Amino acid sequence: MMIKQLSVFLENKTGRLTDITGILAEHNINISAFSIADSADFGILRMITSDNHTAERMLREQGIAVQTTDVVCLIVPHAPGGLHKPLQLLSSHNIQIDYMYAYATGTHAIVAIRTPTPQDTLTLLKEHNYQFLEE
Amino acid sequence: MIWNQHIETMDREEMRTLQGERLQNMVERIYNNVPFYRHKLQDQGIEPGDITSIDHLHHLPFTTKQDLRDNYPFSLFAVPQDQVVRLHASSGTTGKPTVVGYTQRDIETWSEVVARSLTMAGVTRSDIIQVAYGYGLFTGGLGLHYGAEHLGASVIPISGGNTQKQLQLMQDFGSTVIACTPSYAAFLGEAIRHEQIDPRQIKLKAGIFGAEPWTEEMRQEIQELLGIKAFDIYGLSEIIGPGVSMECPAQQGMHIFEDHFIPEIINPDTGEILPYGQLGELVFTPVSKEALPLLRYRTRDLTRLHAEPCDCGRTLVRMEKCVGRSDDMLIIRGVNVFPSQVESVLLEMNETTPHYQLIVNREHNLDTLEIQVEVHDQFFSDEIADLEALQQRILHNIQSTLGISARVKLVEPRSIERSAGKAQRVIDNRNL
Repeated sequence: MMIKQLSVFLENKTGRLTDITGILAEHNINISAFSIADSADFGILRMITSDNHTAERMLREQGIAVQTTDVVCLIVPHAPGGLHKPLQLLSSHNIQIDYMYAYATGTHAIVAIRTPTPQDTLTLLKEHNYQFLEE
Repeated sequence: MIWNQHIETMDREEMRTLQGERLQNMVERIYNNVPFYRHKLQDQGIEPGDITSIDHLHHLPFTTKQDLRDNYPFSLFAVPQDQVVRLHASSGTTGKPTVVGYTQRDIETWSEVVARSLTMAGVTRSDIIQVAYGYGLFTGGLGLHYGAEHLGASVIPISGGNTQKQLQLMQDFGSTVIACTPSYAAFLGEAIRHEQIDPRQIKLKAGIFGAEPWTEEMRQEIQELLGIKAFDIYGLSEIIGPGVSMECPAQQGMHIFEDHFIPEIINPDTGEILPYGQLGELVFTPVSKEALPLLRYRTRDLTRLHAEPCDCGRTLVRMEKCVGRSDDMLIIRGVNVFPSQVESVLLEMNETTPHYQLIVNREHNLDTLEIQVEVHDQFFSDEIADLEALQQRILHNIQSTLGISARVKLVEPRSIERSAGKAQRVIDNRNL
């Protein structure tokens, strides 16, 4: 299952992140995972929430530049080698990773992976019986 | 010292007579040789014979920068191509520059007014003048160059930039006069201080500064840094280039060389002529220009005129330092910049909404331009590399259009302040 990740454009200014988290909290939207990529002037906040559709609409209403991107959210065992195996699989099929981020809970870890070919990536991992986060 | 005693100290009535004769001659020339003006005059029912004195000037129509654009490149020229010996141009707002042409006699007129200007600043044939204005399509470099040669001074045609070379030749050749933009003069002054060059190695005594607005504070600073007296020169390529007016040692405004350029001050909204002493838009009629004689050209510069006699002995009318513009043109590092140029670049790229803001600052005496561009959720990529590439592309296109370097910053949607729903296009922090 493909997940619609939210990408938000942020200037590097104090309080900008709080504005975003405030909007989400106000609408009772939970953030499952997020990461920030940044350059000198700006950053991109990428996140997966409990209701991406509503979150996107609410942020846009507030005049925030937001975009959705397909990412694969893979569930792997929270144990040594858990990440290594699927990455090796992608690598052996020449699938490049644009970026990824992860969080771990108890026995499992969730890894959000963005590749140039998200559908192929999903299919390949499915063939190898990996589990995915559902939206 | 006065270069042309006869003209520069002429009785005002005599000057008006001379202007009237030249105006009459000019109107005849443009009526016969420039279809654009012939139609304009015919529309207003004016025949060349109707204009017999300077008092008739106000009957004539204005010329605007738009007229120059509409007649790009040569349609306003009043002489055949084989009489044009020089072309200059300034950057345009929509890709088309403003083109100006000169006959041999126009070059001589220009050299004459620049020689008068240099003499006003105390420059003589014994001086060595370092011309650090840009040479090329811009009129600054070649204008000063020909005028200084006409005066008989030794010219170092070094052009702008290359600060190390400027400082080296300034010491080795013993330059006594420098001509450049005031911000570059201050920059050179700081470089001299920074490199701990012995002030005795610097022989400068006067500076001829123009092409951009500057303050009294800046004058003090430049005078201290370079150990010189700093003079303000004014001009615009449409009229001739530098040397339309020049400050004398009394430094109470710039004397306009009225035998060639007849000044008027008008209300920019109504076109009504304002009396001496009142603030309005400066209008020039370059009566002796052969190649490009423009009728009542609207400079968009706001200033006042004064006709009282000057301590220096000249009777020529003086204009104050310009206090602003009646349009949105900015002068950044001596280069004319219109916000609409930035807009056209952004529109062409078709990827950004045209919400942008120009922020102009002066840091270490050099103007800086930052262009903030609002990103839009339709185009923004979630990859840093893509956004940085976009930033670079905007930067490149803006620099090639404006001809000056700038910094481009991507900002969030709606982060640029709008007043009454309209975006404020320019924030100029230079306090000019």
